[in-house]
Amino acid sequence: MFQVRIHGRGGQGVVTAAELLAVAVFDEKRHAQAFPSFGSERTGAPVVAYCRISDHEIRAREPIMEPDALIIQDSSLIKQIDVFSGLKPGGFVIINSNESADDLLLTTKILVPHTTTILPATELAMIHLGRPVPNAVLLGAFSALTGVVSLQAVTNAITEKFKPKIAAGNVAAATAAYEYVMNQVAAHA
Amino acid sequence: MLRQVEGSKAVADAVAACKPEVICAYPISPQTHIVEGLSQLVKAGSLPHCEFINVESEFAAMSVAIGASATGARTYTATASQGLLFMVEAMYNASGLGLPIVMTVANRAIGGPINIWNDHSDSMSQRDSGWLQLYAENNQEAADLHIQAYRIAEEMSIPVMVCMDGFILTHAYEQVDIPTTEEVSEFLPPFKPRQVLDPMDPVSIGAMVGPESFTEVKFLAHQRMIDSIAKIEEVAEDFERQFGRKTGGLLRSYRTEGAETIVLALGSVIGTLKDVVDELDLDGYSIGLVGLTSFRPFPFDAVRTALQGAKRVIILEKAFSTGTGGIVAHDVAHAIEGLGLDDLTLIAGLGGRPITIASLRRYLIDAMDGQVERLTFLDLETETVDRELVKERALQ
Repeated sequence: MFQVRIHGRGGQGVVTAAELLAVAVFDEKRHAQAFPSFGSERTGAPVVAYCRISDHEIRAREPIMEPDALIIQDSSLIKQIDVFSGLKPGGFVIINSNESADDLLLTTKILVPHTTTILPATELAMIHLGRPVPNAVLLGAFSALTGVVSLQAVTNAITEKFKPKIAAGNVAAATAAYEYVMNQVAAHA
Repeated sequence: MLRQVEGSKAVADAVAACKPEVICAYPISPQTHIVEGLSQLVKAGSLPHCEFINVESEFAAMSVAIGASATGARTYTATASQGLLFMVEAMYNASGLGLPIVMTVANRAIGGPINIWNDHSDSMSQRDSGWLQLYAENNQEAADLHIQAYRIAEEMSIPVMVCMDGFILTHAYEQVDIPTTEEVSEFLPPFKPRQVLDPMDPVSIGAMVGPESFTEVKFLAHQRMIDSIAKIEEVAEDFERQFGRKTGGLLRSYRTEGAETIVLALGSVIGTLKDVVDELDLDGYSIGLVGLTSFRPFPFDAVRTALQGAKRVIILEKAFSTGTGGIVAHDVAHAIEGLGLDDLTLIAGLGGRPITIASLRRYLIDAMDGQVERLTFLDLETETVDRELVKERALQ
């Protein structure tokens, strides 16, 4: 079981990100369960959504308290709430930000060994989509960093979900994010 | 076709596959996505023989459903929480008139204090309304139960409530195999109403019944409800034959053979409990699980048989009767009379509080060690309530 928690703000498509991830996993003939943390879906308010990924049927329905991966769609949340709570040692962190790890105080916030990528997902969305919606973009980065789901499955899910024009923009942005993270990883290797 | 969809969408598509002729509902979270999905299907022309009626309240929704069903239309509605309570006056007429309406209850707490999250207080409050109540473990079962519900409702002439956990199921994306309209048509024949309101052949239904016959009418309703126990099983077996999966029915046992302790629960928590039971089994505990699908009618014999041989039953409920305790537990206690089982009640998940594997493990281990009260509220903040009790009692 691989568990993902997505943090963002109302309007950024947090729940849609979890849905897209689940559909991508389903396209790969595996099991996924995506669900929102309910009741807080107001524009700008902190929103959390979850996605479980497994080769087997998923039965448990508790919130994800010990994620294997975190997607932070809005880095301003890092200073407001404990988004890193319960992150598993060796877990993955994907952050949408123009700031550095030092600026974001990550060393003081994340207390377990982890692999992080920070990328300007909103900028990538603006370039390719023309709208500041980073959710699908970050799934491209998630695919690159974790290898848990293929970029192809992610772009398939995007294409299924959105109308052609918006889908094309999101696919381009997610692909750009995938390459961005792949280059980061190569630079570190 | 197997799809990764939101639970609400799966239910909307399953209901559409039953070819309803009238849909009326008033929006309330967490039911809204279901009715939105159906309204889109009607608008898009996917349900050519269906009328979608916008109403001004839940009371109107149930009233329109009654009128539509009485004219012989296959009728659907959905609600939750206070919306269900606003329907109540009319609901008893639907059951009293034997109208086979199918309604989804996207289970949600009842206020006050206001709370939009999941528990079973809403549907449990309608225990005695004369409606059948079937509870879904997951979204596959939620979708399938609607198809089975129309068969049961129309063959028994009783309305059926399909209960699915609000948000936890309605808003969860998981894979669901949704039968096509053609497949459902093979399983569910066209609705043949027992009595029809027709201007060309006028009759009156729902006339006043006086003391000379009211008892008999109620006795027959009771008997019809009891007869539906066999019908629920029969329909689930038919469904399994055609669709190849076991959903619906009265109850399902999981690892109960030889188990000393059996947990009995309803709805989506059954999935989490299966994981907990597997873990505890690996740790050497003798524990199994019974998932109850049919709460009304209450299958006393099936519950008794499922629990026979155990030493202890723990009833996990997402609702309770203030001043008394468990609601399902009361029926279970009646079902196991004379078997010598201890029965414990665990109230959990009220107002959307997450039911975690860790908390369940802790409670169940304590329960098997004989360390819990007969009635327990899971994860209760005892310090807070003790402090409040002192203050309240000082004012009494």
